[in-house]
Amino acid sequence: MSVFNQSRKEVIRLIFIALFVIIILRLFTLQVISSKYKTLAEDQGTFRKVVYPDRGIVFDRNKNAILQNVNIYDLMVTPNKLKGIDTAALCKILQIDSAQFQKRIVELIIKNGRSRASIFEPLLSDEKMALLNESMFKFTPAFYMQERSVRAYPYDAAANVLGYTAEVDTNFLKKHPDEGYVAGDFAGMTGLERSYEKVLMGQRGIEYWKRDNKNRLTEKLEKGQYDTAAIAGKNLYTSLDIELQELGEKLMQNKLGSIVAVDPRTGGILAMVSAPTYQPNYLTGSERRKHFSELFLNPALPLLNRTVSATYSPGSTFKTLQALIGLHEGVITTDTRFSCSGAFYGCGSGKPMRCLDFGTFDLRSAITISDNTYFANVMQRVINNPKFPSIDSALSHWDNYMYSFGLGRRLGVDVPSEKTGNIPTPKYFNKVYGAGRWNFCSFRSVSIGQGEVDVTPLQVANEMAYIANKGWYYIPHVVDSIEDGDRYGMLDKYNKRVVPPAIPDSIFEAVHDGMQGVVDKGTGVGAKVNDVVICGKTGTVENYYRGVKQQNHSFFCGFAPRVNPKIAIMCVVENSGRFGGTYAAPIVGLMIEKYLKDSITDKGRLARVEQLSKLNLMPPRIFAELRRQDSMRHSKDSAYLVAKGYIKIVKDTLGMDDDIVDKEEFGKLKDKKSEDKKPLRDSVRKVEAIKPEEKKIKSAADSSKGR
Amino acid sequence: MYQNKAVVLKGRDWVTVWLYAIIALIGLLCIISVELKANDDFFKSLWAFKKNYSKQFFYLLICAVIATFILLMDSKFFTATPNLLYVLGILLMISTFVIGKTVNGSKSWIPLGFMNLQPVETCKIFTSLALAKYLSRPETNFSKSRSQLIASAICFLPIVFSILQNETGLALVYFCFLLPMYREGFPPAYLVIGASMGILLVAALLIPTYPLLITISVISLYALYTLKRRIKRNKSLLYIVLASWVFSAIFIGLAVPFMFKHVFQKYQADRIFSMVGRDNPYTATQPEENPNTAQLSVKKPKADTENYNVKQSKIAIGSGGFFGKGFLKGTQTQGDFVPEQHTDFIFTSLGENFGFVGCTILMLLYLTLLLRIIMIAERQRSTFSRVYAYSVAAILFFHIAINICMTIGLAPVIGITLPLMSYGGSSLLTFTILIFILVRLDADRQMVLR
Repeated sequence: MSVFNQSRKEVIRLIFIALFVIIILRLFTLQVISSKYKTLAEDQGTFRKVVYPDRGIVFDRNKNAILQNVNIYDLMVTPNKLKGIDTAALCKILQIDSAQFQKRIVELIIKNGRSRASIFEPLLSDEKMALLNESMFKFTPAFYMQERSVRAYPYDAAANVLGYTAEVDTNFLKKHPDEGYVAGDFAGMTGLERSYEKVLMGQRGIEYWKRDNKNRLTEKLEKGQYDTAAIAGKNLYTSLDIELQELGEKLMQNKLGSIVAVDPRTGGILAMVSAPTYQPNYLTGSERRKHFSELFLNPALPLLNRTVSATYSPGSTFKTLQALIGLHEGVITTDTRFSCSGAFYGCGSGKPMRCLDFGTFDLRSAITISDNTYFANVMQRVINNPKFPSIDSALSHWDNYMYSFGLGRRLGVDVPSEKTGNIPTPKYFNKVYGAGRWNFCSFRSVSIGQGEVDVTPLQVANEMAYIANKGWYYIPHVVDSIEDGDRYGMLDKYNKRVVPPAIPDSIFEAVHDGMQGVVDKGTGVGAKVNDVVICGKTGTVENYYRGVKQQNHSFFCGFAPRVNPKIAIMCVVENSGRFGGTYAAPIVGLMIEKYLKDSITDKGRLARVEQLSKLNLMPPRIFAELRRQDSMRHSKDSAYLVAKGYIKIVKDTLGMDDDIVDKEEFGKLKDKKSEDKKPLRDSVRKVEAIKPEEKKIKSAADSSKGR
Repeated sequence: MYQNKAVVLKGRDWVTVWLYAIIALIGLLCIISVELKANDDFFKSLWAFKKNYSKQFFYLLICAVIATFILLMDSKFFTATPNLLYVLGILLMISTFVIGKTVNGSKSWIPLGFMNLQPVETCKIFTSLALAKYLSRPETNFSKSRSQLIASAICFLPIVFSILQNETGLALVYFCFLLPMYREGFPPAYLVIGASMGILLVAALLIPTYPLLITISVISLYALYTLKRRIKRNKSLLYIVLASWVFSAIFIGLAVPFMFKHVFQKYQADRIFSMVGRDNPYTATQPEENPNTAQLSVKKPKADTENYNVKQSKIAIGSGGFFGKGFLKGTQTQGDFVPEQHTDFIFTSLGENFGFVGCTILMLLYLTLLLRIIMIAERQRSTFSRVYAYSVAAILFFHIAINICMTIGLAPVIGITLPLMSYGGSSLLTFTILIFILVRLDADRQMVLR
């Protein structure tokens, strides 16, 4: 029988071989030909993890870290290990109820699955952290803490200079499409965090991880041989003096305004105070979003960096530049005298520009006592100089001086949101009055720094540095150097000395004399510091808010010491009332003393610091606005208000890119003024949280005086 | 009788033993690659008897002892006891209904403390022996249909118990005994009919009923047309064609739907349909007494036609590429994406880590083993040894073919192991005993064993 069936063994062999060949062919298509399964495997089996490096640290001029990273903790939970955990105790620590607990867990399971760890409570506060640490044994292994690096401001100062980081939103991603940001990343939004983002952010690393069927990361692929390491952000070394900054912020408490101090020798910014400010640590941590909208809605605009984003008429501080131009143009000499009989009648008697001190003055004394008539005459001579064929060319010539002094355009400081300010041009007057239908008298108030001229406090500080240096300045900047070199050429422009048209030292000496007189015996005696020769100039600036005349701004700018100046400074106290010498001058005096003498030791002076810092000069309209917001919040459902357009939905972050801010005129503080009879210009202002009917208010004003 | 060592081991087929050892070690390697994570201490956990690979390692040691024991036994034992063993095996299977333990939904395991024994697995040995014993009886004339019926009964009795234990996959293995029976003279017509029914079944699954009926009618008419001259000479041919036509129609139109609705469990039907890449069309015709559930099932998104296991297994194997990712470097294997990877889907681990080259080498090893067994079978003088050898070859072949085909999506997922590779003491022990009894019998190939 076995012989009979011999051929059948071949059949069986054939079946075996045939099927094995089929299997091998199938394996060949599956493994070698098709690439579908390889990509599928990569998708589900590996994970590309982006590693965020620590951001760079920012140091002040004395190498104190003023912006650094600290590790805080997220509470992580793995839902499938929850069995037997003392949830009641945990809820008590976190101050939530068990329903909330359940809800969060369910949400996390939906989002990340049961066996993957997710953030249960982000950015634990110190107290919660301490409580949790004590009883963590009750909650393991379902809960654990995970470190996370966040920005911290050890001095809690210089908020507006340093800026903050925030999660990028869709707007940001649209504006920066090719810089590798993805949703969920953090990026600098304002201040140095924004302008040096490229340097501070460092270079992100990539790790390839194996991932298991529950989406957990298990281990590094190939022991990390394909990974690229994250490179930490570069540190920034700034010229800020954090103690001076703190003193400035203290002095400016309860006030609106700003202080800018510049080292005239380098252009390095020593202090940049914008008041009111906020504690920068307020905008880190878990409550960030809430705090942000609070600050955003505050009518005093704490998020605004007034030193570069607010513009004011320079007032009498402008007279120093007028003197320089007049002397350099040769229309006056240091001995030229004008007398003030009560007002400037150079434009007829219709609307005289008053002066307060009667008498006859030369240049030095005119600066010292801030005589309006004198500088009206000076500018009138410059503009009506017969060497110019027309008033257009005369004014253009004057404009060029101003531009070369750093006014009317952005200086290019490394803090974002800088405004240009304004210097009136012939083109502008031709548009307003019609060509040939205007003369010096149309803008005579410009001569004393009122009217069409607008400057930022930084520009004034820079102007002081220019005068102090007798003819040159460096573009003011906060960052002196970058760790490992300036790879992107960001600091190049700050290393070049800017030299406007050469003006002889003798002219500067004359102006210095006048400015020294201001502090020694003139309008700015409040700035006096023992043993230091300070040159300064006060300014009392008239201003209007929505067409209503407000209390005067108090200005003081200056530099010290007169020989080898080390600090050029500008202070604005908005709507303080009274004169420039009253509030701004003593503040500047204290700042100069602090910087030049390293500390204020005299008891009387310390008492002065306390007195000034307690002084409340906040304009009443801010409180009125706060009250209105409060009552609105209480009386009406906020959703209704949003629907009606009474309040806008507040964005989480402010994109402080220059052009955007200009377009939106965010936080524009100052109304345009005109001294002319006819209301000429309208100004539309946009301020958050105002009722619609208030949105368009025409503002017109005239008359001005300066001191 | 005194035998020294050299005599004992003389005449043993060392090629088979080596193939056995190599494949078993490859299997151990694959289990290690599934379970060993980067920061595990391999040697510590190897002795700890906690991880699967450590258990498999000890099972291998046990198997080595048992194999040695079998090689030292008298081959007469295997010819003398098959009937007794067969009855014992059947009794064991029945006993699972009483003392059985449920693993993965089938109550087919007997807990032995250190391991679980699956009688369906071990019964394969007894059935092979019993079949060999029956066919080698001098009074058996296998050309008689009575003998054929008895032999079939011996082979297919365990199927009944296996299906009752809800272990359909293993039950199918017993169909492999058709192969040794075919070798011994079982009419090939049965195999042909079986094969065509298989093709018809697959066609019925792949193609909707009515187009298939039309196709079959067209084929039958074409057959009648081409055969018309021969039909004129031989009328019975006409009846054969017509009968198969009618049978096919009934099979497609009635039998297949009936089977899927009433014989198979729903998950089995789903698996079979998922293999051919279709949704189970018979779930829609399930009784819909509750309109709410009917609405719910409408709302459900269309099920992923490819079964999760098969999809993951294909991804793992497919991602291996030509040379594979290297030992312990498979992301799919290490990430536990393939369910049951250490047991039924162990081949995926090989496929991912060692790629096409590794798979082909394993396939060639298996093929060499199978052809070697057939060679051994054909050199036997006794029918008993030959039938037994073919049974072993058939069981191995069936397991290998089905298991690998299911991992690469050529066969439905039925839970049968890859011989010598898959984790599991029961399976490993069964194949060890099967192969080493063969090696022992082969040593006495010059004798006529009855």
